[in-house]
Amino acid sequence: MSQSPTRLSSSTRTQILPSSISQVGTVTKYELVNYFRSRRFFVLLVIGVIISALLTVLVGYYRPADFMSSSLKFYYNWFGGSVTFIIILSGIFYGGDAISGEFQNKTGYFLVANPLRRSAIYIGKWLGALIASMIMLAVFTAIAIGNGVYYFGLSIPYQLWVSVLFGLLYLIAVLGFTFFFSSLFKSSSISILVTAILFLFAFMLIQTLVEGLVKIEPWFLITYGAQIITNTLIDPYPTTSTQGFGPNVFTSYATTIPEGIAILSAYFLITAVLGLLIFERREFT
Amino acid sequence: MNSPSIEAVNLSKRYGSFPALSNLNLKIEGSKCVGFLGPNGAGKTTTLKIFTDMIRASEGRALINGIEVHPNKKKALESAGALIESPEIYPSLTPREALSMVAELRGLPKGERRKTIEDAVAEVKMEEWLDKKVGKFSKGMKQRINIAAALLSDPEVVLLDEPTTGLDPRGMAEVRDIVKSLKKRNRLIFMSSHLLNEVQDICDEVAMIDHGKLLVYDTLSNVTTRFSKDSGNVIEIEFLRDIDYQSVNKNIASLANVNSAERIDSRRVRIKFSGGAPIQERLLSDIVTMKIGMISFHSPTSALEDTYLNLIKDTL
Repeated sequence: MSQSPTRLSSSTRTQILPSSISQVGTVTKYELVNYFRSRRFFVLLVIGVIISALLTVLVGYYRPADFMSSSLKFYYNWFGGSVTFIIILSGIFYGGDAISGEFQNKTGYFLVANPLRRSAIYIGKWLGALIASMIMLAVFTAIAIGNGVYYFGLSIPYQLWVSVLFGLLYLIAVLGFTFFFSSLFKSSSISILVTAILFLFAFMLIQTLVEGLVKIEPWFLITYGAQIITNTLIDPYPTTSTQGFGPNVFTSYATTIPEGIAILSAYFLITAVLGLLIFERREFT
Repeated sequence: MNSPSIEAVNLSKRYGSFPALSNLNLKIEGSKCVGFLGPNGAGKTTTLKIFTDMIRASEGRALINGIEVHPNKKKALESAGALIESPEIYPSLTPREALSMVAELRGLPKGERRKTIEDAVAEVKMEEWLDKKVGKFSKGMKQRINIAAALLSDPEVVLLDEPTTGLDPRGMAEVRDIVKSLKKRNRLIFMSSHLLNEVQDICDEVAMIDHGKLLVYDTLSNVTTRFSKDSGNVIEIEFLRDIDYQSVNKNIASLANVNSAERIDSRRVRIKFSGGAPIQERLLSDIVTMKIGMISFHSPTSALEDTYLNLIKDTL
C-alpha cells in the first residue's frame, strides 16, 4: 500500500490525500463507532457477562473440587473451558457479515467510490472487528481473573497470560477465517450461517471423526490448533497418548505449542490473503 | 490548471455472454454538464461503476483526468466525487459522522472539516438532521446526504448516477440547482438520468447509449436538431383572446422556419418549426412583436424527448 501522501493540485482547497495506512485507521474508527452503537455488540457483551455470571454463581455456590484444587486448575476450568466459545461467537458476530453486509446492505457503495484502496476497507474493517472482539475477550478475562483473585489471591499463574495470548492468536485466525467467508458471499445471513455451522459443529465433528476413525492427527483444523489455549493451563503440558490394545487402540492427540501457533498463524495468513483477494476482485454489481 | 476530463477508451463489459457495454469510446473534457441517457439496462450505471472501479471493464480503459482508474484508483478518484446508485450509510452514524469519515478519507484539512461538512449539509438542506442517526432517514434524506458526500471535497469531476432518485419535487429542483452551481464553479459533471426535462434543464451536452453502445454524443442543441422527428420542434402557444384561422395562417404560418401552424382551439395554436433553440427564441420574439395576445408557450414534448424516442426504440 502506498504510504506517501499526494497533494490534490486541482482542488480549490489544500487537500492532502491520506496514506493508505491512515485511511485504514479512519475505516477502523468509524467501524468501531458503528459496532459500539449496534445491538449486536451489546448482545454479545450480555452473552459474555451471562456466561461469566453463571460461572460466578455456580462456582461460588457449589465450590467444585476441580475448580478449587489450585489456581491453575481454576483458570483451566473457568477460562479454558469457555474462552474458545466467546472467541468463536465474536468471530461470527463481527466477522460473519462484515464484508457480505457491505454488498447486501449497499453500505459498501458509500465507501468504495472514494479514493481509497479496497484493501484499506478490508483491513480497516478487520481491525475494527478485532478491537471489538478484544473488548469481549478482555471483559471475559477480567471477570475470570476477578473470581480467581477472590479464591486464590493475586498469585495469577503465568500460564493464564500465555493462554490469553493464544486466545488472541485464535481470535485473529477466527476473524481471518470469518472475513474470508464473508467476502465469498454477498448475503449476510448465508455468510453468518456458514461460519456458525463450521465453528460450532463442523470442525468439532470432523476432528472427532478424524481422530477416532481415520486415526490421524487433525493438524489441518483450526479448532485443533486452538487446543493450545486450554492445554497451556494444564501442568504438565499434555502430550499425545494412546490407550487400549490391538484394533481397539485410541490415540488422544495433543497439539504442541509450536504446532498450535503454526496452525493458527497459517489459518490467519491463508484466509486473510484469500479474503482480501476475493474482496479486491468482487464487483459491486 | 488542466481542464477536467473523463474518457472511455474501447470500454466493454460483459456479464457472461451478455454485453452490458460494447466498445464505448467517449471523451468529455472541460467544465460542463453532460447528461448520460438511455433506457434501463443500456449500460449507464455500468459505465459509471467502471469509472469508480466498482466493477472492472472486460476490455478497454476508463480514465479520469488522464489517469486510468482500475490500476490507479486512489490517484484517479482523488479529484472525482461520485454518487452511484443509492448507497446506504451505516444506520448508527449521523450525517456529521458519515461525512467526517469521507472528509478524513479524502484528506480535508482538519481545521476546515467542520465548516465544510456543515456547508455541504446546508447545501442539501439537511442542517436540522446533521446530528440525527441516518437509520431514521427516508430514502430521499439519505440521498441528500449521499449528494453532500459526493461533493464534500469540491471535486473537479462529479459522476452522478440518477442523483434525484428518491427525492421529492422540491428535492429534485434543489439538486438541479446544485448541479447548476457546480457548472458555475467550472466542474465537469457526468450525470445519468431518466428525466429528460432535468437533463434538458441543466446539461450542456448529452450522450445517449442503448444496448451498451453509444448512439450519439454532442451538444444538446446539435443532438435535438439532428435527431428530432421531422427535423423540427413543436411549441404550443396560448393567447389571451380568441384567435381566428386567418390570423394563424397570415401571421404565424408565414414566419421563417415555421413548417406548420395549427389551431388547437380558439385560444391555442401548435407550431412546428425547424431548427434549434435560437430559432425558437426568434419565433417567440416575432410573435410577441405581433401583439396578438400571446400569454404563454410550452413544448408538448421536449425536443430532447422527441430525440430520445426517435433514437431509442426499445425500453430494454
